[in-house]
Amino acid sequence: MDRPTEDDAARRDWMGLLARAPAEALQKLWGDAGATPRFSWLRPPETGAVMVRGRAGGVGAVFNLGEMTVTRASLALDCGAVGHAWVQGRDRRKAEIAALVDALMQTAAAPRLRAQVLAPLAEAERARRDARARKAAATQVAFFTMARGDA
Amino acid sequence: MYVATKGGERAIGAAHAWLAEERRGDPATPALTVAQIREQMTLAVARVMAEGALYDPDLAALALKQARGDAVEAAFLIRAYRTTLPRLGASLALDTAAMACDRRISAIFKDLPGGQTLGPTFDYTHRLLDFALAAEDAPPPPAAPEAPPASSPAPRAAAILDREGVLQPEPEGADTPPDLTRAPLELPADRALRLQALARGDEGFLLALAYSSQRGYGRNHPFVGELRVGAAAVEVEIPELGFAVAIGEVALTECETINQFAGSTTEPAQFTRGYGLVLGCNERKAISMALVDRALRARELGEADADAPAQDEEFVLSHCDNVQASGFLEHIKLPHHVDFQAELELVRRLRAEATAAQAAASSEAAG
Repeated sequence: MDRPTEDDAARRDWMGLLARAPAEALQKLWGDAGATPRFSWLRPPETGAVMVRGRAGGVGAVFNLGEMTVTRASLALDCGAVGHAWVQGRDRRKAEIAALVDALMQTAAAPRLRAQVLAPLAEAERARRDARARKAAATQVAFFTMARGDA
Repeated sequence: MYVATKGGERAIGAAHAWLAEERRGDPATPALTVAQIREQMTLAVARVMAEGALYDPDLAALALKQARGDAVEAAFLIRAYRTTLPRLGASLALDTAAMACDRRISAIFKDLPGGQTLGPTFDYTHRLLDFALAAEDAPPPPAAPEAPPASSPAPRAAAILDREGVLQPEPEGADTPPDLTRAPLELPADRALRLQALARGDEGFLLALAYSSQRGYGRNHPFVGELRVGAAAVEVEIPELGFAVAIGEVALTECETINQFAGSTTEPAQFTRGYGLVLGCNERKAISMALVDRALRARELGEADADAPAQDEEFVLSHCDNVQASGFLEHIKLPHHVDFQAELELVRRLRAEATAAQAAASSEAAG
């Protein structure tokens, strides 16, 4: 695989963000954005399994840990832009919206979708992770070392 | 001899109708929702996902509801469902070092770089029943305290030992690991296949084996080098695009044990490793898996007398799958009328022959 270009990196980020977003949040933001582009399916939403792999010791030989459910979809807007979605879980509507946003991000509508859909999703994800990390940090042990005998 | 094999339909129909009623329980009690099970029976859901070998909390919660809370039956339902799914691909190997840890402890370093983080643990609770939870409509518990989080992920405890060279390095394996869901188990198995079998193996079986190894049946002196509970990103290469996207997150429990050393006259002594990785939050299973993984490495590490049950690859791998085991175990309750009739005929004949022989012997003695 070639080194991803800057465009690839940006696309990878938004595709991941759309994939990981809670379905209800994505549907609401998409509805509020009010985009209703005409499109045709290249691959209608299909649910399947992806084998999740780990490594022995976290660093060694790769092994198959277990599968997870994934839904994928591909579509083409009437303007020609192609959108793909691979999202965790079995929500076909979520895969459809994710593919639509992916396609629109390659058109002139990109700045609007970035502001109305991607930015709020990124902020919500950051807040969700931060809340867990902050609770975990509060359970960090601080050991006290007692000096014994003469120093 | 032929026996009736039809005629049970009405009874089976009635049995299933009653099963549905029993599953629901008293209709005066509100029905459980799948979301309630997913959110409040999280560890049961985690077990079903790990042993069903499919990560989907909603499906695991549904399976538990349908199975009346029977984790093994629920795992069976999940295994059956997964066979209906097309395989879309495989992820890149999880980067568990970058895991967002709820919990992360080490039993070998007090001053662990990155700190000991307890997370939402049962440890240090008194195991006294909390009758306050029996009250309905209790208000939610107060929010847990918060503190500023660390800015970077905690380093692996093993990496610290690695640097000093006192820990055996993990060898690389094949690019495409063997897959139990695609090909039947073949022995001898490599470590990758063993880890897959253990990751989906029965928690109780692995716990008992791990415990047996601690009690002396294949002793290998484990220390918990590190135990992590948290979530890791699942990255999948998108074939249409040629680059990988983090399409989701799975909750994980990872345990790395540091075990007694191997060394020889030519090689300096080094600690050895055991590894456990389980879908969902389940540290009992992850620790058990790490102990059994290490026990199964006995031969490869040249340990003498590696004949304890936990060190026997064929014994462990052939019996750790609870879906397979219950299938074979429970099939003996299904009709075996013909087999039994044959055995019954045989016993009757043997008894008749013995009686005849006895009668002949006593009449001879009398004559």
